[in-house]
Amino acid sequence: MTIKTKLARTLAAALCLATLPAFAQETGDPGPAYVQQSLAGKKVVLIPLALGFDLAQGWNHYIGSEVRGFGGVWETRDPNWDTAAGAQAITDLISSADKPAALLVHTPDLTSYSKLFKRAQDAGIFVIQVDNRSNFASDAFVGSNWETLGELEAKAAVAACGDGSSKKIGLIQGDQVNSSSLDQYAGIAKVLKDHPDFELVGAPDSNWDVTTARNVATTLLQQHPEVCAVIDFWDNTAAGTAAAIRDAGLTGKVKLVTTGGGEELDCKALEDGTFHAVVMTDVKGQSRDISALLKFLLQSGLKPGQAKSWIYTLETATTKADLKPGTCWSLKDVQAAEAALAK
Amino acid sequence: MSVLKSGTLSQERIVFLFAVVLFAAYALLLDGFLAPNNLVAILRSVSVLGILAVGMGIVVIGRGIDLSMVAVMAMATAWQLAMMNAGTPPLLATAIVFAGVVAVGIINGLLIAYAEVPAVFATLATASFVFGLVRSRFIVQDAVPVPPSASFILEFGQARLAHMPIEVVMFAVAAFLSFVALRFTKFGRYVYYMGDNYQAARTMGIPVRPMIIGQYVVSALVAWLAGLITAAGLQSINTRVVNSTLLYDVILVVVIGGIGLSGGKGGMRNVVIGALLIGIMLNGMTILDLPNIYQNLIKATILLVALIIDSRLNPRDEQVGQQGDI
Repeated sequence: MTIKTKLARTLAAALCLATLPAFAQETGDPGPAYVQQSLAGKKVVLIPLALGFDLAQGWNHYIGSEVRGFGGVWETRDPNWDTAAGAQAITDLISSADKPAALLVHTPDLTSYSKLFKRAQDAGIFVIQVDNRSNFASDAFVGSNWETLGELEAKAAVAACGDGSSKKIGLIQGDQVNSSSLDQYAGIAKVLKDHPDFELVGAPDSNWDVTTARNVATTLLQQHPEVCAVIDFWDNTAAGTAAAIRDAGLTGKVKLVTTGGGEELDCKALEDGTFHAVVMTDVKGQSRDISALLKFLLQSGLKPGQAKSWIYTLETATTKADLKPGTCWSLKDVQAAEAALAK
Repeated sequence: MSVLKSGTLSQERIVFLFAVVLFAAYALLLDGFLAPNNLVAILRSVSVLGILAVGMGIVVIGRGIDLSMVAVMAMATAWQLAMMNAGTPPLLATAIVFAGVVAVGIINGLLIAYAEVPAVFATLATASFVFGLVRSRFIVQDAVPVPPSASFILEFGQARLAHMPIEVVMFAVAAFLSFVALRFTKFGRYVYYMGDNYQAARTMGIPVRPMIIGQYVVSALVAWLAGLITAAGLQSINTRVVNSTLLYDVILVVVIGGIGLSGGKGGMRNVVIGALLIGIMLNGMTILDLPNIYQNLIKATILLVALIIDSRLNPRDEQVGQQGDI
């Protein structure tokens, strides 16, 4: 070792020591500052069909906590099942002085909001469609692939019936305009094609109304008491279908398959045998997907309308046998957490 | 027109005939339509509608209209169940809601009788108010389940009397009691006088203003009863029903049955016939698997025809011209 190298080493060591305090302040991670700059103060607004049902309250809580967590501003609008009120809310947000950075919209049908989505994107607002798709491909859709969901329901119904059964299935559809209803039907039809021995004996609409569901299900069971399974397109209306099955004295004989948000009521209904299977939307996971997507879009440098993606939530058909603590989430807990926040 | 004028073919009879023809056609063409259980199902499916129409019928006979009925039905029941879910004793919750429902009826009556706001606007406003207040202050989501502790409500929903579901029994009781009240009590006769000629009734010395309040209190209470029966059957109440077409269906039953919107005419028999026609019609269309949109179209067409027949049979005369319609 020469004197020169020794000197160089000493110098280098001294330099290191001198710069140490600086390192302690600046770790070289550009993340936090960039995130702070891109996300802080960004307004995100959720416009569900209505705030008063399980999915919307789940999103409000789980996505809301994430947005508040990254320093954004979280707001909701409640159109209370009124398409016109929802359209008005979107219009107001587009033209407001304090424009949101992103809209999360639960669309009521295939077309109503399509033009508004385009206008929002033109105004520099990201549009994420949640749960129900529309004809307009916005920046992203996060929700179920309803056709797959329908397939899962049909498979669960076929399995519930079994080989020795009448192999007759009834449907209680939602309506004929909502994509979630149309696509579910397509999925069910696909599976039944693979099971030609199974017969669809009736497919009335509930119009998403629980009393209507009860009345049409009563008629369906009256006409076809030998039905082995009924698929109802929504757990809310399935309460009416379940009442019809109970009234007809067919509890346990007619298996009820439905889909829902995986709230505790779903698990309770599975537990007590009201529902045979529920294809559950994992609301927590879905909310996490949406939150991650928001964080990505707002940092990506992408302009609204530049890219599109479909992020399908993993769906599983849950039966009583699959129930574990934690399978369902609790609306009560979510509401308690929100109430605590409000204080 | 001569046949119509002579009174041999009143609207009620036309509707009754139409219901019979429809019934016969379905019975011939649709398998399983005549099965006893299907007939019971028809009755049950229109029971809640029929109960609401009983309340609406009384108000319409007195030349009013109560557009707040469906809101009261859903929100009063939801509020009551929410209180019970939160641990309020059932009797106390019921008493509180009873007071609330009566208050809504009184407010409707005061607005119409004393502030002289047209019934359509007054009750439309209270409907929104009741919905908004209960939805925002007293309940946290659309669907409110019957609490497990209130098993008596569930048992009530399952009860049968002479093989008839409790809904049907309650509809029959409500219609019968209203029939008796309208026919044989002073209150009932006054309702007809007021509906027929409000000014004359007033000049006669009938306490028309308190009577109006009374009518709206009755319709509010009947609406609450309909809500309780709905909850007993479904084990929950969903306030989304306020946004549905139920209110229009109630008016449909009343008008189609032949209770003229200009007041003073008809009775509970009209309500029962109107409800039966709707029940038979919807049941048949469901057996035929007609999509909901067509069912609504057919229902709407029938309502239009009924309104046209109503205006032909009960032409706007000078008296109505002076006093205005509802």
